[in-house]
Amino acid sequence: MAERAQSVSIWSAGIVRPAMIASLTKLDPRQQIRNPVMFIVEAGSALTTAVFVQELISGTGRPAFTGQIVFWLWFTLIFANLAEAMAEGRGKAQAASLRRTKSDAMAFRIRDDQTETVPAAALRAGDMVRVEAGQVIPGDGEIIEGVASVDESAITGESAPVIRESGGDRSAVTGGTRVLSDWIVVRITTNPGETFLDRMIALVEGAERQKTPNEIALNILLAVLTLIFLLVVATLPPLAAYAGASLSIAVLISLLVCLMPTTIGALISSIGIAGMDRLVQYNVLAMSGRAVEAAGDVDTLLLDKTGTITLGNRHAAEFVPVAGVTRATLADAAQLASLADETPEGRSITVLAKEQFNIRTRTFASNEVTFVPFSASTRMSGVDLAGRRIRKGSFDAIKRLVESGGGMLSADLVASVERMARDGGTPLVVAENGRPLGVVHLKDIVKGGTRERFAHLRAMGIKTVMITGDNPLTAAAIAAEAGVDDYIAQATPEDKLKLIRDEQAAGRMVAMTGDGTNDAPALAQADVGVAMNTGTIAAKEAGNMIDLDSNPTKLIEIVAIGKQLLMTRGALTTFSIANDVAKYFAIIPAMFIVAFPQLRALNVMGLATPESAILSAVIFNAVIIIALIPLALRGVAYRPLGAAAILRRNLLVYGAGGVIVPFAGIKIIDVALVALGLA
Amino acid sequence: MALELIAVTVTIAFSIATSIPLGAYMFRVFSGARTIADPVLVPLERLVLRVCGVDAGAQQDWRSYAVSLLASNAVMWVATFAIVSAQHVLPINPDGIAAMEPALAFNTISSFVTNTNLQHYSGESGLSYFSQMFVIVFLQFVTAATGMAACVAAMRGLAGQRLAALGNFYVDATRAAVRILLPLSVPLAIVLMSQGTPMTFEGAARAATVEGASQTIARGVVAGEVAIKQLGSNGGGYFGPNSAHPFENPTPISNFAELWAIAVIPMAMVWTLGHFTRRRRLALVVFAVMLALYLPMVGVAIAQETGSMEGKEVRFGTASSALWAVTTTVTSNGSVNAMHDSLTPIGGLMPMIGMWLNNIFGGVGVGVINMLIFIIVAVFVAGMMIGRTPEFLGKKVEAREMKLASLAMLWHPLAILTGTAVACSVWASTGDPATALGWLKNPGPHGFSEMLYEFTSSAANNGSGFEGLGDNTPFWNVSTGLVMMLSRYIPIIAPLALAGALAAKPSAPETAGSLRADSAVFGFTVWAVIVILGLLMFMPVAVLGPIAESLAVRG
Repeated sequence: MAERAQSVSIWSAGIVRPAMIASLTKLDPRQQIRNPVMFIVEAGSALTTAVFVQELISGTGRPAFTGQIVFWLWFTLIFANLAEAMAEGRGKAQAASLRRTKSDAMAFRIRDDQTETVPAAALRAGDMVRVEAGQVIPGDGEIIEGVASVDESAITGESAPVIRESGGDRSAVTGGTRVLSDWIVVRITTNPGETFLDRMIALVEGAERQKTPNEIALNILLAVLTLIFLLVVATLPPLAAYAGASLSIAVLISLLVCLMPTTIGALISSIGIAGMDRLVQYNVLAMSGRAVEAAGDVDTLLLDKTGTITLGNRHAAEFVPVAGVTRATLADAAQLASLADETPEGRSITVLAKEQFNIRTRTFASNEVTFVPFSASTRMSGVDLAGRRIRKGSFDAIKRLVESGGGMLSADLVASVERMARDGGTPLVVAENGRPLGVVHLKDIVKGGTRERFAHLRAMGIKTVMITGDNPLTAAAIAAEAGVDDYIAQATPEDKLKLIRDEQAAGRMVAMTGDGTNDAPALAQADVGVAMNTGTIAAKEAGNMIDLDSNPTKLIEIVAIGKQLLMTRGALTTFSIANDVAKYFAIIPAMFIVAFPQLRALNVMGLATPESAILSAVIFNAVIIIALIPLALRGVAYRPLGAAAILRRNLLVYGAGGVIVPFAGIKIIDVALVALGLA
Repeated sequence: MALELIAVTVTIAFSIATSIPLGAYMFRVFSGARTIADPVLVPLERLVLRVCGVDAGAQQDWRSYAVSLLASNAVMWVATFAIVSAQHVLPINPDGIAAMEPALAFNTISSFVTNTNLQHYSGESGLSYFSQMFVIVFLQFVTAATGMAACVAAMRGLAGQRLAALGNFYVDATRAAVRILLPLSVPLAIVLMSQGTPMTFEGAARAATVEGASQTIARGVVAGEVAIKQLGSNGGGYFGPNSAHPFENPTPISNFAELWAIAVIPMAMVWTLGHFTRRRRLALVVFAVMLALYLPMVGVAIAQETGSMEGKEVRFGTASSALWAVTTTVTSNGSVNAMHDSLTPIGGLMPMIGMWLNNIFGGVGVGVINMLIFIIVAVFVAGMMIGRTPEFLGKKVEAREMKLASLAMLWHPLAILTGTAVACSVWASTGDPATALGWLKNPGPHGFSEMLYEFTSSAANNGSGFEGLGDNTPFWNVSTGLVMMLSRYIPIIAPLALAGALAAKPSAPETAGSLRADSAVFGFTVWAVIVILGLLMFMPVAVLGPIAESLAVRG
């Protein structure tokens, strides 16, 4: 995840202050009941508060001790609410500021070559608007003219401006973002109310956030653990009565709250919100939490060759002359033939000629040179210059040219052409005055690090399939070079759909990217379908995620974010359960020490008094929630490893760590409490 | 002592070694493959099925499988209750034993129908030979077969792909009884007879002692009963003192044979799981997890009991008694060859742990089912930790599976803790409880352990008693009777439904990115989940009973 966007600090005042207020308003039982674990904590806190008040009034019991328990129980709840509020806060803060800019945005609409000023809300799909430096872009659309640097921080949290320009994959702009320099003309593509911004506001502010299937299943596990601990605590008073001990309500509630999985219970919704938020930081909008979870489960990735595996265009890699011609001569001729060729392939020939033979760009008077542009009928381009007719073109085209002049192609030329095609390259034959000089090897350049990335994916058990329009020979060569597991050559949208169905029939989950209307069925069929923002409306509606940057490589990051979300959930569940061991060793001896003095042998932490032991456990339980908020929002450290290695690591960190950390933490709190004279 | 330890090692090793081919044989029996015993046993199986009117070809989904299981158990409950209530007028009653009173009969029949074999009556004086054969021995065969059938259905569910049917309950149960339990029981009974265990229809023997006094020595159809009692994790003895009685367990050789019989089918069930799921490594991992819980408990028990001969038989020694105490409780068997009440506090904690977990080998069939529940919980937590939604053997574990696993997991502590709490509050709220109730002779932590043990043994369908508890009272007869019934059927039906849900799902192929259930690291996860959840559920009661007692003894 190298290109991770810089995020708004969660500790910024703009997030923390409203979250603190929200953490209090969320104490409303009607809101709290949505999280059963925390609802029981609230009921226990209320009960203990009543006991505390009763003790104060009647002057019985230990109000100083009960009071501290009450204080920390409420703080457990407030910390839990704070975690959720902070997770929601980042999105809310962004949405709120965006909504502000949206409401007062004005737009210069271009109609019949006239510019008129209208409110952003009046724009409809198809309208053209001109946006100048300092202005907010009034709606989602595509740049049709101009280039500008755009501040997209309102949506992405990324403060560095990005360049948006007409044509190519960076032409999409999002309503609510701000043009910083230059001007652009945008064709609006969505109607008000359907924009990315509107959808994002709906997602982050949706009061009833839909629980995902895995969240529901986890909630069941947490509920049954809560029930088990409720049972353990509820049966203690009669057992204690048999033993001649009596247990106060404050102590029983303390034990219950410490045992219940409050850590994961408090953080579970934050983890889900943060996962969606992380995608937004990558400029990806997930339509549902379910899609993010599915991303973690993906077994097969369908990757478009161009842009994902290879750089967009072919590059000249070598000059191979025929016998009797030097490489310099060939390079010189090829460079001349490419001077007027503005395609990336043409430019790469001049670059290679300069690199290898120091042949510089030459200038000619316009009367001595005639550039012959590429035409579909001849399939050649070139230059006529002082009696030299230099042409470059496909093997077939040059062959026709040579044979029409009565010439023959030499055997070594044919051999070179065949070798290049076999290696996945494109041979470009150069001829001068009907005589072949040699071949320029145009190669697909596989992006740096691609092989390693695919090796990581393979280690994670994810199969990569390259989709390309190339012929099978070329596709096979590039597939081998890039290290993908499989490829489909001369792929049609139907091929993609069939592949997805086959993979799914074998029980695998498939992710793909797409942008064209003909990709829509495959995008809809895939478990994770990422539509490019530059793509058609049909594609965007078929997918369950939209990539605003229209960068197909991001599929790999999306999978990583999905996995990280689930890992965070699992790690904190493990941590939460493992914590209970130490809490038992703090509270159980403290509870029964009066009836059974011999139980001091179980006080392995050497806690000062029964009161300090119980209080320390409760305080640890509350404080650990706060301590883990950053982890819940950031996600656990993620490495592309095999399942066994990841499990080993997380078991060690969150399982063994979860057992050991509270022993130390409770002891430290106990020492502090004694030092402060609180227990 | 060294000799005793060698005997313990040999016993465990022999049980494991023989369980492997037995597991393979059981898979062949349940999957309908040919076995060497077919010429003798298949005609017998066909005969039983024809007499019972079973359509052997009919397949059942999990619901009708469960309904058949419950219905057949209900019929057996009513029939056997009628027999023990009328045994005084029924034949084969040479010693003229009277009818069983209703509360005790409720407890006894619930106990034997649920494969628990908790005995609030004393065997030799409470039941006629007719009842011993047609209630006790009959139920010991059939209920063991019921547990094995349920387990086999669950295994088919795990192994299946988009599968609706889990098999046929009547066929599975008949095969378990006729083709597995019967052929193992007969040679075992013969071995026991060779060691001196009686097998006779004659009434009690009368003998004149050397001092000239007259003595009545109970005997009867013992060898056959003992054989199936051990093989089917039943545990209910012919005589009150169970396998500590010299007729049930006369020599070290019979002791070895019985220890082997207690463990071999529960162990073999694990290998059968490997065959059904076509994952031998999974069986290996599950077996290793069980051993990693079992061996430390055996070690602790042997160390604790060394030198403590109280309540133990000199012909077996302390090590063998400690091994028996642990083995009989982990496997839900419940037969004893020493008095558990006399075990040292920590030594006595080991059998309780075995029953609290109830999944270390476990009862025939039900042990693997109980283990499945903990595996599902481990799969859920570990699955998320590797960054995928959890899956077991390629099948997604979702809300429905978690609900069913939770139900099964919750019930066990619910029964034990609530039962003990009720008993404690009855005791604490009764004036002068020692005379008014007559349950406990020595209250305090030891008395607490006795009550805790009774509910633990009932909930685990184990049947062993800590003894020392005056348990033939309406309170204990009714409460433990109910606990035994609910603790039998809830933890069978919920996992059956779970297996049915998993069976219907497609199985995704495993990749480097999926959680391998047959890996060592996952085995460790399961082990840790069992240890931590067990600790969290039962540490308070362990502290109030055995641990408080032990620490007090040490001072």
